[in-house]
Amino acid sequence: MNRIYLDNAATTRLDAEVLQQMLPYFTDHYGNPSSIYATGRDARKAVEEARRAVAAALNCTAQEIFFTSGGTESDNWAIKGIAHTNQSKGKHIISTAIEHHAVLHPLEDLQKQGFEVTYMPVDEYGLVNPADIKKAIRPDTILISVIAANNEIGTIQPIAEIGAIAKEHKIAFHTDAVQAIGAIPVDVKEWQVDTLSLSAHKFHGPKGVGALYIRKGTRLPAFIQGGAQERNRRAGTENVPGIVGLGAAITKAVTTLDENAKKIAALRDDLINGILKNVPEVRLNGHPILRLPNNVNFAVKYIEGEALLLRLDLAGIAASSGSACTSGSLDPSHVLLAIGLPHEIAHGSLRLTLSADTSQEEIDTVKTELPRIINILRAMSPLYEQGESHVF
Amino acid sequence: MYSDKVMDHFNNPRNVGSLEDANGIGEVGNARCGDIMKMYIKVKDNIITDVRFKTFGCGAAIATSSMATEMVKGKTLEEALRISNKAVTEALDGLPPAKMHCSVLAEEAVHAAIADYKARLEQKENE
Repeated sequence: MNRIYLDNAATTRLDAEVLQQMLPYFTDHYGNPSSIYATGRDARKAVEEARRAVAAALNCTAQEIFFTSGGTESDNWAIKGIAHTNQSKGKHIISTAIEHHAVLHPLEDLQKQGFEVTYMPVDEYGLVNPADIKKAIRPDTILISVIAANNEIGTIQPIAEIGAIAKEHKIAFHTDAVQAIGAIPVDVKEWQVDTLSLSAHKFHGPKGVGALYIRKGTRLPAFIQGGAQERNRRAGTENVPGIVGLGAAITKAVTTLDENAKKIAALRDDLINGILKNVPEVRLNGHPILRLPNNVNFAVKYIEGEALLLRLDLAGIAASSGSACTSGSLDPSHVLLAIGLPHEIAHGSLRLTLSADTSQEEIDTVKTELPRIINILRAMSPLYEQGESHVF
Repeated sequence: MYSDKVMDHFNNPRNVGSLEDANGIGEVGNARCGDIMKMYIKVKDNIITDVRFKTFGCGAAIATSSMATEMVKGKTLEEALRISNKAVTEALDGLPPAKMHCSVLAEEAVHAAIADYKARLEQKENE
């Protein structure tokens, strides 16, 4: 059976060329970049080259890029570090109801430590209103954190507008850009962010490596301690093959962005339109236009997401859902609840995320298989029989 | 994550659908929490002669419903009431810990259908 992978927001396939660039750093140039001999120097050179590649992709200097283990570490470092460093100035933070858990959980932890967090609501499409953020600013606000593009519903936020507001009020501004890199243009100057998180495996790089952009002059002490790596700000021997992979992947992602985004968005729209046309009582979650080129998210009424994923898997299609059963909790995804979906409909969400690897043939298969599977599950559903009506 | 038996019952659910001449119907669960089970039984001479189910829920919810219908079919009401959620789980070669509540729901659905049958019977006798 041909497998169709449509969970690229979870992770992507490592690009073959990226892998080739990484391989020598496992076996030939395996030295520690902190060592002075030749094999160490080779590794150091590769790390610094990757740093320049990431900096070029984000429009910043190489000195502003710090390698980490991934998006989660980068978010934790930025959020906790900025909060703790600035707590003498104030303990108020502004964020949104639709952040990734890598931001939400550190914020919840800070709340336990006496910080106050205002979570901005979003509209039915998942958009934050910058004017609301401006109104929420207080004299003791020390940090604003807004996800650049949502991982579940793909909504792209007006980051540059929020950045201008943060700058005007001299408040540190963090964005989690994990889903944005390679999907939309990212420019830290245009966005006026102080810190930005990214993760290599979301754009065909390796897992276990990411970066945090820290604007020059931003006070942010080391989060991981125990060595002088990353200019004393992130201890631990560098993941050299991973960093090389990150550099190679981000270069490829930004140079092919225009072409890929166009191609992927066309397939995305074909899939969205095909399903909305052929399956009744399905709604598109997220913004119709301001959305990631690779993101499709449906609310499928009367059925539960995990059952849908299992059936899709049996048909060889890998997807994701925001249902409680897939999140391991009793509540469905906080993002789907934040855009106003009732619990029972949020349980029936389905996320399909494409990549440059996705073909028209694969999308055509999904357009056939998904309606068939929805029909099977609806036929089993007591809700469908009763025709419980909710306004869509 | 799921046993082969769970996947078999999820993929090929037994006794799925509704029952036109059911004389006991039980519905348990809550859409808000993500699972609802509806059980239809046909009782004749104190024996469950036929049974159907409809379930809104995850893979485990559908598989436990299916297994529960197989286990109660042909049983007396007393025997059916003695089938525990544990027995349903064991018959499915186990469930992940987070999914144990699905088997509880299956047991409750059987109990609710039998309670409905008894209530109808009582009402008939009183008429």
